[in-house]
Amino acid sequence: MADNTTTPKTVDSLLDTEKTFKERVAYFGRFLWRDRSGVIGLIVFLIVVFAAVFAPMITDQSPLDQDLRSSKMPPAWQEEGDWAHPFGTDSLGKDIFSRVLYGARVSLMVGLFGVLIAGTLGMLIGAIAGYAGGRLDAAIMSGVNLILSLPYLLFVVFIAAVLGRSLLNVILIFGITDAPIFARVTRGEVLRIRESGYVESAVSAGARWPRILFDHILPNLLGPLITLATFEMSRMIFYEAGLGFLGLSVPPNEYPTWGNMLAAGRKYMTSYPWMASFPGLAIMFTSLGMNLLGDWLRDVLDPRMRRSRK
Amino acid sequence: MHRYLFSKLAQSLLLLFGVLFLVFMMVRVTGDPAALMMPRESSPEQIEAFREEMGFNDPLMVQFGRFIVEAVKGDFGNSLHFKTPAMPMVVERLGATVELAVAGLLMAMIFGIPIGLIGGFTPGGVTDNIGRFIALMGQSIPNFWLGLMMILYFGVELGWFPTFGRDTWHSVVMPAFVLGLPVLGQIVRLTRSAVLEIRGEDFIRTAHSKGLEPKTIYTKHVLRNVAIPLVSVIGVQFGYMLGGSIYIEAIFSWPGMGGLLEQSIGWRDFPLVQAIAVFTSVIVLALNIVTDMAYSIIDPRIRYGR
Repeated sequence: MADNTTTPKTVDSLLDTEKTFKERVAYFGRFLWRDRSGVIGLIVFLIVVFAAVFAPMITDQSPLDQDLRSSKMPPAWQEEGDWAHPFGTDSLGKDIFSRVLYGARVSLMVGLFGVLIAGTLGMLIGAIAGYAGGRLDAAIMSGVNLILSLPYLLFVVFIAAVLGRSLLNVILIFGITDAPIFARVTRGEVLRIRESGYVESAVSAGARWPRILFDHILPNLLGPLITLATFEMSRMIFYEAGLGFLGLSVPPNEYPTWGNMLAAGRKYMTSYPWMASFPGLAIMFTSLGMNLLGDWLRDVLDPRMRRSRK
Repeated sequence: MHRYLFSKLAQSLLLLFGVLFLVFMMVRVTGDPAALMMPRESSPEQIEAFREEMGFNDPLMVQFGRFIVEAVKGDFGNSLHFKTPAMPMVVERLGATVELAVAGLLMAMIFGIPIGLIGGFTPGGVTDNIGRFIALMGQSIPNFWLGLMMILYFGVELGWFPTFGRDTWHSVVMPAFVLGLPVLGQIVRLTRSAVLEIRGEDFIRTAHSKGLEPKTIYTKHVLRNVAIPLVSVIGVQFGYMLGGSIYIEAIFSWPGMGGLLEQSIGWRDFPLVQAIAVFTSVIVLALNIVTDMAYSIIDPRIRYGR
């Protein structure tokens, strides 16, 4: 674009198609630096991902091996601790450090796949409602709003209790019950974008609907949806731990999760507090990071938000 | 106004029907309800007898019709564990749960609204930063875990508060704090951003330029407009607390509906679980209507707009 040089150098949108790749990276970097808490959030999130992916290389202890001779060992820095088990061991002698690392896998998997399912379903429903408008829109949205007004946690617990405990069930439950939120946001954005001047001008210039959808609507949808996905992922990790705590998530002998570790540690709270402390800290660390990251993404991806912050 | 109320009521009734349908189908379609509800070690003959007794052999539509008719009468069958009707038991536990949720909500409002207001009026100040930190923590700390840690420290170590049960006002402090913390964070965030947004509106500038006292502007113009999103969020959060109390009640052995739900899941006592799910939904739906009413009282635009 020739007149690019005449426009002011301030970069207005990350998703501006006229930016080169380098400019976009520079833009991202500037924002990352300006908002330190976003950097912290990103680092925390990457640490969790790293721990989940490279768990077998970080520790040589198996998360499932029982060793009753070394059960209930305190963390390494306490008396009677041993650096072979940095975070100590649980009531059956399983290594807590390695269980926390492997537990990150379940949490991230639930968050990632849960958000993917919820996001796909919700986007579809929301886009149909927003694009169709009229009675179909009204019907879909009143359904969505009413579902959102139900006591969410209660139904998650109820459904999990009926379906039985497995990783797939947990992912499906979150994926389906969380879709209405994505539908509501998508619909709102589609409505806003549809009314905007640039879509109108594209239509009047004779652009066909696939082009309008993929070139104009989808890129503008992405920002708010990515932000929402970050927050929802953190929420799902949170609730998975809650389900595990009630004994409704993945069974502890199958795979360690932060939730089922908390549930197991709860019985020994007063005498062996580290069994419940470390998985709880792991949940807190992860969702702190993701919330910071989400706040930052919202500022970067949504220029309207950025202006109102000043 | 009446039409608005009427359509809200109709929507809520429709949703209630949806809830009943979901609760009914979940238990029956996902597997054998008799096997689900009976203890794992039951013999096939026992399960067959149970199936006959509960009417699981009838066609699904007949069962659903019966379920709806009984549910309208408030009858969700007998609890399998206690062998007494499920609904009265749930109602009996309601008081404790509501007490806990109200205490938590009050805590969140008493601290959250002033912190949010100060933060909104002086962004970047000390109170604002503290408030934003609290909001972030409230969002990120798993409150069931915080409950465990508080029991350990304030209950066992320091002995300030009882670690379980519901005896004196002391017992409500820790569970209410833990239940209210995420809500506190929400309220701080919302109040702050609402104040920031409203302060930039044209009508506030007009009020300033026509020489109104800042005090009048804050109380009459800003606060009234902050109240609108606040009321709706408080309504939603109260519903959330009724659901979220499952964890908190389980940790603190609080004798409410949440604690009962946790136990009844352990006993596979599904009539009781169903009664709790439906009853809590009814409360939340009623609450939504009340919130909408409050909403339209504060904001005339809603009252006259429809």
